[in-house]
Amino acid sequence: MRTRRIEWLIEHALFLCAALSVLTTAGIIIVLSVETFEFLREVPLLEFLTGTEWTPLFANPRFGVMPLVAGTLLVSAIAMAVALPMGLLSAIYLSEYAPERVRRVVKPVLEVLAGVPTVVYGYFALLFVTPLLQRIFPQMSGFNALSPGIVMGIMILPLVSSLAEDAMRAVPRGLREGSYALGATQMQTALKVVVPAAFSGITAAFILAVSRAVGETMIVAIAAGQQPRLTASPFVPLETMTAYIVQVSLGDTPQGTLEYRTIFAVGMLLFLMTFGLNLVSTWLRERFREEYS
Amino acid sequence: MRHRADLVFKLVALSTLVFALVTLAALVFDVVADGAGRLDWQFLTSLASRRPEDAGIYHALAGSIWVIVLTGALAMPLGVAAAVYLEEYGTRSRWARFIEINIANLAAVPSIIYGLLGLGVFVRVMGMGRSVMAGACTLALLALPVVILSTREALRTVPSTIREGSYALGATKWQTIWHQVLPMAMPGILTGLILSLSRAIGETAPLITIGALTYIPFAPDGIWSPFTVLPIQIFNWVSRPQAAFKENAAAGILVLMALLLAMNAIAVFLRDRMQRQGRS
Repeated sequence: MRTRRIEWLIEHALFLCAALSVLTTAGIIIVLSVETFEFLREVPLLEFLTGTEWTPLFANPRFGVMPLVAGTLLVSAIAMAVALPMGLLSAIYLSEYAPERVRRVVKPVLEVLAGVPTVVYGYFALLFVTPLLQRIFPQMSGFNALSPGIVMGIMILPLVSSLAEDAMRAVPRGLREGSYALGATQMQTALKVVVPAAFSGITAAFILAVSRAVGETMIVAIAAGQQPRLTASPFVPLETMTAYIVQVSLGDTPQGTLEYRTIFAVGMLLFLMTFGLNLVSTWLRERFREEYS
Repeated sequence: MRHRADLVFKLVALSTLVFALVTLAALVFDVVADGAGRLDWQFLTSLASRRPEDAGIYHALAGSIWVIVLTGALAMPLGVAAAVYLEEYGTRSRWARFIEINIANLAAVPSIIYGLLGLGVFVRVMGMGRSVMAGACTLALLALPVVILSTREALRTVPSTIREGSYALGATKWQTIWHQVLPMAMPGILTGLILSLSRAIGETAPLITIGALTYIPFAPDGIWSPFTVLPIQIFNWVSRPQAAFKENAAAGILVLMALLLAMNAIAVFLRDRMQRQGRS
């Protein structure tokens, strides 16, 4: 009888630990909502979402988040232009061409690339890649979107590569053999059979990568500058949503003020964007699993 | 003709990997070239200073170690307990399924959002202030999804015959888990824990958000002490205009990378030992 009760207690204690993750999600949503609600009492939602000037720390503050969103999207787009094609190609190589020996060397190196702290990538972007790019584009400013975008793309490449490779390796061998039997080359098989068959898995990898790029902080805080600017030029300083949160956290803005609440409002927007992307990615991966199970 | 296209395509695909490797080499070379000259005993044992040539990394290194040890102490029991529940108890319940989806989603939430959570909950509501404890709690929440996922994988490698043998001898479920399953899975659990901590030690954004200071001229002396960590100190030095501080940043990166390398070496060592045990 006593052992029964102990067993019961242990099971429920373990359940509480597992439920902590639900509590974490709830905590994130509550903390962000409370402060965002306070913020929106003073700044109308429409002005926040559609305003094109972001100067909350100035004497005459304006709270239009568009410049931060545009900066985030520009840097993320550059990162994706690097990470998607390169990640997909390296995944095709690893899944369809690479001999086992090569895979065993390359995979750990890619893991190292993914494990480098982002502050190190920021250093690399600011002090190595930017000077290098300035030789090609002399008009480029010391802070810009291009250099952190490229470096972020390289950082995300291993994620895209390994998830896309997993998806391609899950494609049944019979499909490839059928393709070879019809006289297709390896490239034709890879591009016209394996990639389309793994399409939803690959798309899930891409979407997760976009989510990572949108939420990435230190590379842009170091190398993109801290000037909110509505621009499509990759050569001028700008500010992303994440970099803005860092900028305010570093300063001495007093707690409880409207300026201070802006970081929670921006954080809420960031959370909603990444959460939406993650849900789509999970859904696609589940669908992919159903196709081949 | 077709086969030439095939060869070109293969080379293009291969070149993306070469590019990634070359970038990694350039990064390492750049940091070593900038920072190796600055790295000496004085740098490792000195505190922050406004003069770059006097400044050192000791306070930040001590802060990083404080935070990471405490993070591990918090994340390991919670993560293992959650994983044991999901893997051994609740596999069929609807709640367990919901928790699983939730953990997968949490793993993809940007780290800076965890910083805002830590600021709202640990720093303010729970009144921990900008202390080592608040930082460790924040990083523990950040590390938990990874710890849970890797622990579950380690638990899955324990053969079910071990469990059945234990039940056959009259052990209860928890006795079986505590005396048979967990000891067998321990090397795998520790490997996952160390790898997730090595990611947490490089985290900058969430700790900046909860208010870890960028200039702090002393090492923490307890869990309620204010603190800074290596990545924040590096960020602080990179952001300064003087070239001499950039050298300090590079030297700081070398210290951080050495720490990461040491942690990964321990993880690889444990994984090796585990594989050898599995074979015998």
